Amino acid sequence: MTRYSALALAREGLRGHRGWRPAWRKPDPKPAYDAVIIGGGGHGLATAYYLAKNHGVRRVAVLEKGWIGGGNTGRNTTVIRSNYFYPESVALYDLALRLYEGLSKELNYNVMLSQRGMLIAAHTPMQMEICARIANAMMLNGVDGSLMGPQEARARLPLLNDAPDARYQCLGGVWQGRAGIARHDAVAWGYARAASALGVDIVEGTTVTGISTTGARITGVETDRGPIACDRLGIAAAGATPGLVAPLGIRLPIHDYALQAFVSEPVKPMLDTVLLYLGTGTYVSQSDKGELVFGGGLDRVPTHGQRGNLPVQETIVSGLLEMFPAFGQLKLLRQWAGVVDVVPDSSPILGPAGPEGLFLNCGWGTGGFKAIPAGGWLLAHMLATGAHHEVSRPFDLTRFAEGRLIDEAAGSGIAH
Amino acid sequence: MQIFPCPFCGPRDETEFHFAAEAGKHRPEPAPEVTDTAWSDYLYGADAPKGRAREVWVHLTCGEFLLLTRDTVTREVLDAAALPGRGEAAT
Ligand SMILES: Cc1cc2nc3c(=O)[nH]c(=O)nc-3n(C[C@H](O)[C@H](O)[C@H](O)COP(=O)(O)OP(=O)(O)OC[C@H]3O[C@@H](n4cnc5c(N)ncnc54)[C@H](O)[C@@H]3O)c2cc1C
Ligand SMILES: [Zn+2]
Repeated sequence: MTRYSALALAREGLRGHRGWRPAWRKPDPKPAYDAVIIGGGGHGLATAYYLAKNHGVRRVAVLEKGWIGGGNTGRNTTVIRSNYFYPESVALYDLALRLYEGLSKELNYNVMLSQRGMLIAAHTPMQMEICARIANAMMLNGVDGSLMGPQEARARLPLLNDAPDARYQCLGGVWQGRAGIARHDAVAWGYARAASALGVDIVEGTTVTGISTTGARITGVETDRGPIACDRLGIAAAGATPGLVAPLGIRLPIHDYALQAFVSEPVKPMLDTVLLYLGTGTYVSQSDKGELVFGGGLDRVPTHGQRGNLPVQETIVSGLLEMFPAFGQLKLLRQWAGVVDVVPDSSPILGPAGPEGLFLNCGWGTGGFKAIPAGGWLLAHMLATGAHHEVSRPFDLTRFAEGRLIDEAAGSGIAH
Repeated sequence: MQIFPCPFCGPRDETEFHFAAEAGKHRPEPAPEVTDTAWSDYLYGADAPKGRAREVWVHLTCGEFLLLTRDTVTREVLDAAALPGRGEAAT
């Protein structure tokens, strides 16, 4: 792997950029691996990288039915934060945030992490009390969080709707300064390139059609390019996970819904934080290219189709205009949806399931981009050691039968 | 805007409807004999079928629950029916 550097860029600039090589190899699948990962999204690719890097397990394949990052990893609005409520969640999402903070260097790939801060804005004294509770919980859990007052919020967001008849006045809210955004494709490509350099096979265009077992143990997978043997299997297939494990008699607490995102035409810099309005449920940031990237709540219709419905589009767009009336002048450039794997307590599922050797990393729902480095780190740990990491243990599938839900929808007031 | 059929009110906006559960779930009983696993599967377990699905929805404006047969990929609604009466099996 040639290292990317300012020097390499200058050299290639002088040579007309003819010397760049593909960032990862495109191998055919081998008949057997030490570990196979289903799903070439951020979580699957990060798992492969940390398996090779942290545990020295290098006979690894990532099997992706389409192209890497073509699932939710390449469809999300890239908000990264660790402003959750429960200690288990903060441990998980802050592990991810800390890994993100060093990721461009670690991977020698610029993931364009921009820690521009995020405000969850409140509009009533009661909401401000809830925000104070979240900020206090964050401080107790050892991450940066604070309560921001109305003056500072207005100073940071000068275009906010402060008309006397505004439906939702901004009273301030919870602020996390380390929150921000990153480039989603770069996260997928960066992990793929670094994993490939360590010997991992990233096999695109290969669909897993079945999981083979002896009953008690994993023995491999069936694919549309033939069988592949392995005794350790990680599934990081987001909304496709329930269908993959159903033939093994495993029923997951996952419903699949569409989540939409929108991008406006690019304009000059005017918004340098991430903003979520509790009142409208709409959140927005401005990309480095100048586009507004925004989204909101789920389509409330269970679906596997990567398409959004009109009523939710209307809610999200009208929410944005309530927050920033001036944005009404902008045109929408693109709109799309991804199928997200929603769990009743809005927390992921990490851990073993069914036959020995099988581990799941799924259920990230609407918020798993921010968790990619941690999800990969933890699934790699489980595949390599056969046991939970202390950060992943609370997220085991057994929490449902044991009544130990980690209810972040109620806890941190997340948008979905 | 998609139009969903209510067996009681006829065709209405999708925003008037709310998804309740996958059809065919039966509350395990008697309670003292129900295991934690069976109970949590009843509460949370889902098939999340890709393609044809049978689902219980509620039409919020009339308050009636109903059975929808839908395609979860195309979002087409294939059939709408009243819930079966007490003692009859919903499938
Ligand atoms: C519109 C939208 C906005 C979002 N915004 C945010 C946000 O701001 N912040 C945030 O943290 N999260 C956000 N999310 C959620 C986030 O995108 C996901 O939780 C995260 O990307 C999940 O990553 P993953 O690797 O688990 O799944 P994916 O990236 O979906 O990867 C799963 C992969 O598995 C592959 N696959 C499936 N079945 C098979 C099979 N049988 N064989 C082989 N491969 C298979 C798929 O093709 C896919 O590439 C958003 C999601 C959406 C849709
Ligand atoms: Zn009705």
